[in-house]
Amino acid sequence: MVAVQETVDQVRQIDVDQYKYGFVTDIETELAPKGLSEDIVRFISAKKNEPEWMLEWRLDAYRRWLTMTEPTWSRVHYPKIDFEDLHYYAAPKSTAGPKSLDEVDPELLATYEKLGIPLREREILAGVEGAGSRVAVDAVFDSVSVVTTFKDELKKAGVIFCSISEAIREYPEIVKKYLGSVVPVTDNFYATLNSAVFSDGSFVYVPEGVRCPMELSTYFRINERNTGQFERTLIIAEKGAYVSYLEGCTAPMRDENQLHAAVVELIALDDAEIKYSTVQNWYPGDKEGKGGIYNFVTKRGDCRGDRSKISWTQVETGSAITWKYPSCILRGDDSQGEFYSIAVSNGYQQVDSGTKMLHLGKNTKSRIISKGIAAGRSDNTYRGLVSAHRKASGARNFTNCDSLLIGDQCGAHTVPYIESKNASAVFEHEATTSKIADDQLFYCLQRGLSSEEAVALIVNGFVKDVIQQLPMEFAVEAQKLISISLEGSVG
Amino acid sequence: MLEIKNLHASIDGKEILRGVDLVVPTGEVHAIMGPNGSGKSTLSYVLAGRDGYDVTDGEIIFDGENIVETAPEERASAGVFLAFQYPLEIPGVATMTFLKAALNAQRKARGEDELTTPDFMRRVKAASEKLNVTQEMLRRPLNVGFSGGEKKRNEILQMALLEPKLAILDETDSGLDIDALRVVSEGVNALRSPDRSMLVITHYQRLLDHIVPDKVHVMSAGRIVRTGGPELALELEAKGYADYAGEPA
Repeated sequence: MVAVQETVDQVRQIDVDQYKYGFVTDIETELAPKGLSEDIVRFISAKKNEPEWMLEWRLDAYRRWLTMTEPTWSRVHYPKIDFEDLHYYAAPKSTAGPKSLDEVDPELLATYEKLGIPLREREILAGVEGAGSRVAVDAVFDSVSVVTTFKDELKKAGVIFCSISEAIREYPEIVKKYLGSVVPVTDNFYATLNSAVFSDGSFVYVPEGVRCPMELSTYFRINERNTGQFERTLIIAEKGAYVSYLEGCTAPMRDENQLHAAVVELIALDDAEIKYSTVQNWYPGDKEGKGGIYNFVTKRGDCRGDRSKISWTQVETGSAITWKYPSCILRGDDSQGEFYSIAVSNGYQQVDSGTKMLHLGKNTKSRIISKGIAAGRSDNTYRGLVSAHRKASGARNFTNCDSLLIGDQCGAHTVPYIESKNASAVFEHEATTSKIADDQLFYCLQRGLSSEEAVALIVNGFVKDVIQQLPMEFAVEAQKLISISLEGSVG
Repeated sequence: MLEIKNLHASIDGKEILRGVDLVVPTGEVHAIMGPNGSGKSTLSYVLAGRDGYDVTDGEIIFDGENIVETAPEERASAGVFLAFQYPLEIPGVATMTFLKAALNAQRKARGEDELTTPDFMRRVKAASEKLNVTQEMLRRPLNVGFSGGEKKRNEILQMALLEPKLAILDETDSGLDIDALRVVSEGVNALRSPDRSMLVITHYQRLLDHIVPDKVHVMSAGRIVRTGGPELALELEAKGYADYAGEPA
């Protein structure tokens, strides 16, 4: 297994400083004053040259947010967030918005290069044999999208891939039609906050019958101190369209906690398919649990058309707190939803993640495969809901939740909810909890593997079903990431 | 090859080995027999360096060096192999993947080049055919859903690939029917060599009909209490361990 060996080499190289994305880019930044008010909302909207309707939408969300309180039902603990002590807008001074690569600050290009995300199309082409594995990237730095690659080529296929800010200006009719149609403005505290102050994110529109010619991806980077990142992503696949989208995230190591509250909406019409993969590696905090990202995210896909399909795959290794439930509304008849998840927690990380599969249409199918790995003093909770509504005859779900514990100071919890209002629904649920047993480890050591190699091997075996769902380039990366996250968890 | 001197070891403060003395010269096969609870399996774990066993006194001289403080994976790379009585399962990891990871980890530790995939495949093919290990079995997750016989054949396959200097076989006959026992024994016998020592731990004499040892030691209450030739096994088979009950462990 090549990946295992690579993993181990990487772990060795990294040694103590295991979070390799923790550097800070020294770049002049334009910040909004701390705190949140109607003025700040207006400031953000003005910065982005938004039309009036968008500002009204934001202000409406802000006013509703003022009446809401933070949810407390998840199994995570953290000091109360002071929403007045955050910057709601931060942008590198040199970039007002995405433009051609020649105009992008070299410091920013260097940052993404350091992160292993090439943005120069020529380099991407030179580095990869065959056009099949090219990936178009939208790079979001703090509150703004700095560049989107391969835009022209995608446009030839009719695919729109740009930042959401650009989409609001250039394609207002599409945005108006779909924004907030899957995650309503008042959906939950964080989604409402996001609706008021969302900074940037990606917009994808794949027209009828088009199979997107390459993988699309967005790379999110939080750089600035005391800044919230409020990404907003909207993906629409028209009838018979197909798109695969990848998302990656990192942040510098900082002592204080940073807030990331994203909203992602997916819409699949008749016979369309959207595959959305995430490798989330926000800074998790240090060994004592100091610092790290609070990741409060609302992701939801709407299988609006018949025979449509939405598939979520996530590898969650970062963040101090992860609160995230990528869900599917199976509205169209014969539509399908999938959720494949690997959630790794180490140190003092807290994960409360899972999915909702809401079966509304006839003969809808869903599949949930969740693998939680807890090490150190972390807590790892799977929370999921599978429901069949009255008209959802023939609904089927298969759920498999496995937890793996490393060490004896961590916790794994599984909280599945099942609701069925239709007698013909068939829901299956399987769950296991296991521990990397001492004898299993000893067996590997006796064959000559080191503790790290043994853990990497056992863990890679445990998560195999989910890794297989990831696009090739991401699968190797994800395996590495998982092993790095677990470094030092044994022995 | 292996020289154990006055070895004392305990687990959770309870002394199990109480002064084991044993010498296995290079190229010889020695059997350790004894009643349940006499410390046979503990001896195999202590030789392999399992965590949780405290060596309180004595030495284990392997290849001229005292390895009491050596980590288990280092002992493995140095040539100590333990065939487990109950081989462990690793879900999701193909047997082939595990074999390659283990072999290359050991080679790397010894400063040798890692094997290329074609080289590795050739070696596995040669070794697995002798042990009736099918390609299908090599693709299955390690030991998951394997029968007792398959698990033990897989242990011997690992031994054949890793080419240890000292092989410790812990109750390799347990859970085997007579046909499986023959296959496993033939596999072990094929690996007998002037450069390799073996320590065969067994409760029953029947394994020693197939793997004929140079010497037989009787262990009781944490010590080697008698040593003889292969005929000693037959005597034990006839008379049982009653004479060696010793003090309760």
